[in-house]
Amino acid sequence: MSNPANLKYTASHEWVKTEADGTVTIGITQHAQELLGDMVFVEGPAVGRKLKAKEECTVVESVKAAADVYAPVSGAVTAVNSELDSAPEKINEDPYAAWIFKMKPDNAADVAALMDAKAYQAVVDSEAH
Amino acid sequence: MPLKQTPLNAAHRAMGAKMVDFGGWDMPVNYGSQIDEHHQVRNDSGMFDVSHMRVVDMKGVGVRDFLRYLLANNVDKLTISGKALYSCMLLENGGVIDDLIVYFMKEDWFRIVVNAGTADKDIAWMKQQAAQHAPELDITDHPELAMVAVQGPNARAKVWAALPGSQELTEKLVPFSAVEMGVMFIARTGYTGEDGFEIMIPAKAAPFFWASLAEKGVKPIGLGARDTLRLEAGMNLYGQDMDETVNPLESGLAWTVDLKSERDFIGKAALLANPPDHKLVGLVLQDRGVLRGHQQVQTTHGAGEITSGSFAPTLEKSIALARVPKEVQIGDTVQVSIRDKMLAAQVVKYPFARNGKGLI
Repeated sequence: MSNPANLKYTASHEWVKTEADGTVTIGITQHAQELLGDMVFVEGPAVGRKLKAKEECTVVESVKAAADVYAPVSGAVTAVNSELDSAPEKINEDPYAAWIFKMKPDNAADVAALMDAKAYQAVVDSEAH
Repeated sequence: MPLKQTPLNAAHRAMGAKMVDFGGWDMPVNYGSQIDEHHQVRNDSGMFDVSHMRVVDMKGVGVRDFLRYLLANNVDKLTISGKALYSCMLLENGGVIDDLIVYFMKEDWFRIVVNAGTADKDIAWMKQQAAQHAPELDITDHPELAMVAVQGPNARAKVWAALPGSQELTEKLVPFSAVEMGVMFIARTGYTGEDGFEIMIPAKAAPFFWASLAEKGVKPIGLGARDTLRLEAGMNLYGQDMDETVNPLESGLAWTVDLKSERDFIGKAALLANPPDHKLVGLVLQDRGVLRGHQQVQTTHGAGEITSGSFAPTLEKSIALARVPKEVQIGDTVQVSIRDKMLAAQVVKYPFARNGKGLI
């Protein structure tokens, strides 16, 4: 599965999609779900919580390990995907459909400055060395 | 240092395994989904490469007497050829050097299987003790033997289908015993809570045997599912649930220590002199989250710590083994510190699952 070209990415393996209303939707990448394996628990941030860029805000746990998810940009949480409470495995099935939370960014320019799919792929490749 | 490889390394890669560094060994952690592999073993059959574990043969006159002294469990329980016994090997202070399985083959031959990560230290200890107490014994380890565990309700039937002649020889084999079949050694033992075999086979023959099992529909299972299966089955993992800093009585292993007989063994005096103030219990998480090793536990009788924890696929709950003050009782509610929260967990009797079924 390649990384969709219409998304932005972080070095900490989140994907970020800009919606028509200016909010962003956030999930973890294919590479991240592959590393973690079968997901068993997702704890999203509280709606309304103000986040700073790179702040830990969510935990995803696979059978194997727990991993932090970071806010890609500064802003406020507007929604959390409660479907993942009972079906965290959706992240494994389609990481780009199984979003974790949505934010209203403080600055749209911060989102534009994130990595594109090609730059993110270079990060993944460098981790694999 | 390059990672050590088992004779099945190429087979794992060909089957799409995700390989990890497991204590210096290049081993499969899964072949896709760890949870699917877990269910495969509980519901049907799966095979594990456990060739990194080490076989040690002890031969010679007086080997039984030596093992009576070396091991915390009593090899006098072994009277029928092939019968196996689970035991700890202790330091003088009662700390656990390793847990192992010892098979009685003949009066002058016992076979021991030890953990991979502790094998070298175990053998050095055995030889050091033998030099003092039984210098005539021959202690030889067999890194050239591969080991494959086939586990699950259909495991034995599939081994019989894959290995001509094995059914006649092993159909009547009672649990926790073994028999030789030519150059192979077939034991009705395992680390999953399911029926099945653990089979030792010369390294050269292992890939063909593995492929024969695969042909009969036995699926490869990685170390990830091996860990959740053994945790559900309430089986200790050396290095997590016990090590040299704790004794078996505070590790849920009192049932493997024979303190009743007159026999002296290494560590006995320390165990008798220091009754344990902690014990190992099972926990089931009541709140949402995942229990993990090293999380702190608060009880009304004092603090404890999780030694092994995970999501349990059979139960679809998070479970753990935890070392807690001995006053803690089954049914108590305790608090587990997970990140910035205190989550409720119930103290339960384990095993959590056996023979395909959850017990909680």
